Amino acid sequence: MTELKRIIKSGFINFKRGGSVSFASVLVVTITLFVITAIILLQAVLYYSLNTIKDKVDVTIYFNVGAPEDKIMLLKDSISKLAEVASVSYTSADDNVKNFRDLHASDYPTIAALDEIGSNPLGATLNVKTKEISQYEDIANFLKSDNAIALGSSDIVNHSNYHNNKLVIDRLNAMISGAQKLGFLLTLYLIISSIIITFNTIRLTIFISKEEIGVMRLVGASKMRVRGPFMIEGAIYGIIATIVSLVIFWPITAWFGRNMTSFLGLNLYSYYVSNFLQIFAIILLSGIILGVISSFLAVRKYLNK
Amino acid sequence: MIYFNNVSKVYKDATALSDVTLTITTGEFVSIVGASGAGKTTLTRMILADDVPTKGTVFFESINVHKLRSKDLTKLRRRIGVVFQDFKLLSNKTAYENIAFAMEAVGKTDEEISSDVPHVLELVDLSHRLHHFPDQMSGGEQQRLAIARAIINQPELIIADEPTGNLDPINTHEIVQILKKINDLGTTVILTTHNRGVIESVGKRVVTLENGKVVRDTKGSK
Repeated sequence: MTELKRIIKSGFINFKRGGSVSFASVLVVTITLFVITAIILLQAVLYYSLNTIKDKVDVTIYFNVGAPEDKIMLLKDSISKLAEVASVSYTSADDNVKNFRDLHASDYPTIAALDEIGSNPLGATLNVKTKEISQYEDIANFLKSDNAIALGSSDIVNHSNYHNNKLVIDRLNAMISGAQKLGFLLTLYLIISSIIITFNTIRLTIFISKEEIGVMRLVGASKMRVRGPFMIEGAIYGIIATIVSLVIFWPITAWFGRNMTSFLGLNLYSYYVSNFLQIFAIILLSGIILGVISSFLAVRKYLNK
Repeated sequence: MIYFNNVSKVYKDATALSDVTLTITTGEFVSIVGASGAGKTTLTRMILADDVPTKGTVFFESINVHKLRSKDLTKLRRRIGVVFQDFKLLSNKTAYENIAFAMEAVGKTDEEISSDVPHVLELVDLSHRLHHFPDQMSGGEQQRLAIARAIINQPELIIADEPTGNLDPINTHEIVQILKKINDLGTTVILTTHNRGVIESVGKRVVTLENGKVVRDTKGSK
């Protein structure tokens, strides 16, 4: 316990006396944490946009005019039970014709033609949304499967618009998975670069103390007694850099929230404020781990004897 | 206490030690002399296991120092006080903290540290420099501080590697007197130097090294 207290105290004193070296290290860790925070926010914007696009994609199953509702409901239940399905909504034939009339209220010839028919020419529909865009094909396949045929789908289903939308769905799917892959690679590249820069900066600051590390060992200090204060210093770099970078992001996100919400589709300031605790935890943990591990590895090199 | 058995050390293109066999008994004051590059520092580094011999063995009492594991080596080093020509003080620590660090390393309590540090600094006449950093002190003061650090844990052996190399004659005399006093109190002292005046004023056993070989080993006159 005394040893730990001394190590912590030494770490704080070394940080304070480190002056410009401590300042430079905090600055570099701040840049790394700034990049990580920016990536978290960029990912939020990216995922928000992708989800918005995904949400606009669906498949509608059109039923024959006069198809019995109980049979449609049976089919709806079995589609709902599929693992890929996010939601299924039923629209009756009456509602469909009402929606059609509302949509074409100003299109007199169309409404007149509809009135001329006298009866409802439209059937009921099921609107299906899957969890992933790539799963719409599974729904189309399900409708052709023996299970669906057993439920009498071949008698009641007129067609689905999957095959009409297939090209758009496939392109969107490719675009979304490409954007996700690119985002992941970019994130990986930026994070690895930042970590390497931080590690090397901390290694340089410890290189300055190389001879002193040797002296400490020669006067009989244990490896932990030598290494400990450097690790505490590393943690202090991380904590201060976390505070600095999160404070900097406050006005930045506020500006984005005020001026860029309509362009991004997401209010970054609201996102930042409502997820602040999670972001704080991620950044603080990254900062401390980065500082402590970099110091640990850098000192290890000079602790051989 | 210390036994060198046919120790040789060869660096890439130079032989630092060549078949050195030497015994140093407890309580002795041994001056190791020789020109620069004769192998004096290499010899002392072998005792601390700060360097590994190419051939031969070095014993501290019955312990082969180069066979020790890291933890046991740390314990051995706590029994040895070291003074270097370039002082090797911890530059970001005050005089008080430099000595406190050596005491913390051996697990002394805060109470022991706060009572012993001012006392040892008084012994080397540095009471007025308690809270000064090494770069705020003269060369002589820094060397006295290094000696205070070396003796604070009452080691069995003091290794002083050219402790007067960077000092003027007055400070040199002071350092030699302090080392003699330490030896009078029973601590074994190994002093390396190339200063004839220092050897004469010590007047104890002198081991002469030339090109890594022991060429003379003479008993002292005092």
